[in-house]
Amino acid sequence: MRIALFITCFNDTMFPETGKAVVTVLERLGHTVEFPLAQTCCGQMHFNTGYRPEALPLVRGFAKAFADYDAIVTPSASCAGMVRENHPLLAQQYGDAALRAAVAEGAPRVHEFTELLVDVLGVTDVGAYFPHRVTYHPTCHSLRGLRLGDKPLALLRAVRGIDLVELPAVDSCCGFGGTFALKNAEISTAMLGDKMRNVVSTGADVVCAADNSCLMHIGGGLSRLRTGIGTLHLAEILASTQGDAR
Amino acid sequence: MSPDSGTNVVWLGSPGFPEAAHTALGDPQLRRNLRKATTTIRDKRLAVTGELDDWEQLREAGAATKRHTLRHLDRYLLRLEDSVTKAGGVVHWAADAAGANRIVTELVRATSAHEVVKVKSMATQEIGLNEALEQAGIRAYETDLAELIVQLGDDRPSHILVPAIHRNRAEIREIFQREMGAWGRPAPDGLTDEPRALAEAARLHLRDKFLRAKVAVSGANFAIAETGTVGVVESEGNGRMCLTLPETLITVMGIEKVLPLWQDLEVFLQLLPRSSTGERMNPYTSTWRGVTPGDGPQAFHLVLLDNGRTATLADTVGRQALACIRCSACLNVCPVYERTGGHAYGSVYPGPIGAILTPQLVGVEHAATLPFASTLCGACYDACPVKINIPEVLTHLRAEVVEAKRAKRRVPGAEALAMKAATAVLASPRRLSVAQKAAALGGRLVSCKDVIGPLPGPLHAWTDARDTPAPPTESFRAWWQRTHPTGADS
Ligand code: SF4
Repeated sequence: MRIALFITCFNDTMFPETGKAVVTVLERLGHTVEFPLAQTCCGQMHFNTGYRPEALPLVRGFAKAFADYDAIVTPSASCAGMVRENHPLLAQQYGDAALRAAVAEGAPRVHEFTELLVDVLGVTDVGAYFPHRVTYHPTCHSLRGLRLGDKPLALLRAVRGIDLVELPAVDSCCGFGGTFALKNAEISTAMLGDKMRNVVSTGADVVCAADNSCLMHIGGGLSRLRTGIGTLHLAEILASTQGDAR
Repeated sequence: MSPDSGTNVVWLGSPGFPEAAHTALGDPQLRRNLRKATTTIRDKRLAVTGELDDWEQLREAGAATKRHTLRHLDRYLLRLEDSVTKAGGVVHWAADAAGANRIVTELVRATSAHEVVKVKSMATQEIGLNEALEQAGIRAYETDLAELIVQLGDDRPSHILVPAIHRNRAEIREIFQREMGAWGRPAPDGLTDEPRALAEAARLHLRDKFLRAKVAVSGANFAIAETGTVGVVESEGNGRMCLTLPETLITVMGIEKVLPLWQDLEVFLQLLPRSSTGERMNPYTSTWRGVTPGDGPQAFHLVLLDNGRTATLADTVGRQALACIRCSACLNVCPVYERTGGHAYGSVYPGPIGAILTPQLVGVEHAATLPFASTLCGACYDACPVKINIPEVLTHLRAEVVEAKRAKRRVPGAEALAMKAATAVLASPRRLSVAQKAAALGGRLVSCKDVIGPLPGPLHAWTDARDTPAPPTESFRAWWQRTHPTGADS
């Protein structure tokens, strides 16, 4: 199976370690990961902010960059959702027949990282070791968008040494919402405050999630308040064999 | 859409959502009231929807019925007119708020009454009926407890089901003591803020009005095309009083409330109370057909209101909003509503449903901040008993807001320029890689110990409350190219 990594522009620029972690885990499981250098961005920010025509070149670029792979894996639930749900919609609305066909064929091959592991590869124990107290925040796109359900937790439970604690009000939004955090900054901050209170109450050392965007928002707040609680993408915990919490 | 259609849907002079939310966020008492009210009702709803094995099928059935009805709305409305007329009622068609207000005012005048009692109704709020009646010298008395609190407090509703959700007991007691006398029977001496005492004060105050009223005005939760049956679903029984005691009953109903068959109520009378109050069944369900000699009102008028609805129907994505049964579940689960309350939405329709319905009824340019008043978290979609995909409609309307702005200004705004620039960079791997190197350098310049603290300028909205990691010196693609120099993809 030819697996291609869609790193996402945000992780590419801000969180390269997450991409490396995905590669590490998949290679440990005996797979080869390829990285098509023509890839850039799925256009989620444009789409969610109302700039649909501006997203179209990105839809086109995505379809082209990933045309030749059996599975496309991405460590971002929201970007996976964008490609699977909204690329077909944009192709329908603005694209030509060729693009519509390419998107219809390609979009279902996109898997969020935990989906690839659990549904496609059929693994929950990836041989990780991470001796820390961890809580998991299901981002809205993981929970209600992709409906990842128990998959991330099943993977985390199989990590050796981990002390997995449940987050109170687990299904409530952290308040990030992309450009929402800028357009409605005060509300975003109020929601962040409640999320942080819940994170702190768990006594966790690390809060993890399937999306670095929400984590940057939560982690940014936790850092400003000097809570000493770190944030880590789920993939980085699954890649860990050293037990080194950053 | 006629020029004045929907003008009462939004409150004139309301600021945009972010500014309006500022006031609410600064009020700790309001935030406590809201949090308590919304979390309580949330848990109740989850309990009563979770106990049904076929809840998902019920939702699907409700959504399918609404989809079908909206697609053939013209047919069902004509059938409704026919069956209501046959049952002895009179049907009136109102294209907009002004038209509906005119019709109701004339109907009340014809009875020579100077006051009406009202059943809680979103449609009459939407058209600003009470104000229109007042201008014609007719006093409208709200009889729903929460509406009464809003009316006496000269306030605005902030929730579809519980319009006074932003008030606590102490505030309600104070409003009753101060205002009841001016509207009729004063509050009893020594009124406490016990819920029972407050309800009793309202009961005594309202009883006079029920017994005296010659005309009642109501909304409707549904009307059945097949039979001409109109129905109101409520909790307090005040509606039942209004619907049965007066001589004349005038019902104002949005055209989207029609249902094809009596049998359809099987689905909707399960969906509505469970989603709305978290009850298995609501205490009072009143249904009536036209007039019955010697029993109840002897004159019945049904005013069918468009007010922007046919325009909404023309939009194949946006029309989902017309399936709404006004249960308010989406408000109760919304994390944004929980923090801001209803007034910030500047409309009689607050919360997620307001964010998609209001801009469609009044035109996106008149409610341009509402489609952005959401994180797209999707909790509303999961809760909605008729499966309205609210996030989908929100992004659809966001695109319409952007297009409307584009059409209006010759020079693109700052956001439009930024988005265009982002596409230019992101459409090319080479330009992205150059930008990443610049970001890493820029990040190092403003960061302290790998963390970026508060920044001036437009980014302060982000950095005021959050630290940001400085971009790493090496992007993922740079790392990949360095470590996989001869790979098939390099
Ligand atoms: S949109 Fe759905 S959840 Fe919201 S009030 Fe309407 S029916 Fe209820």
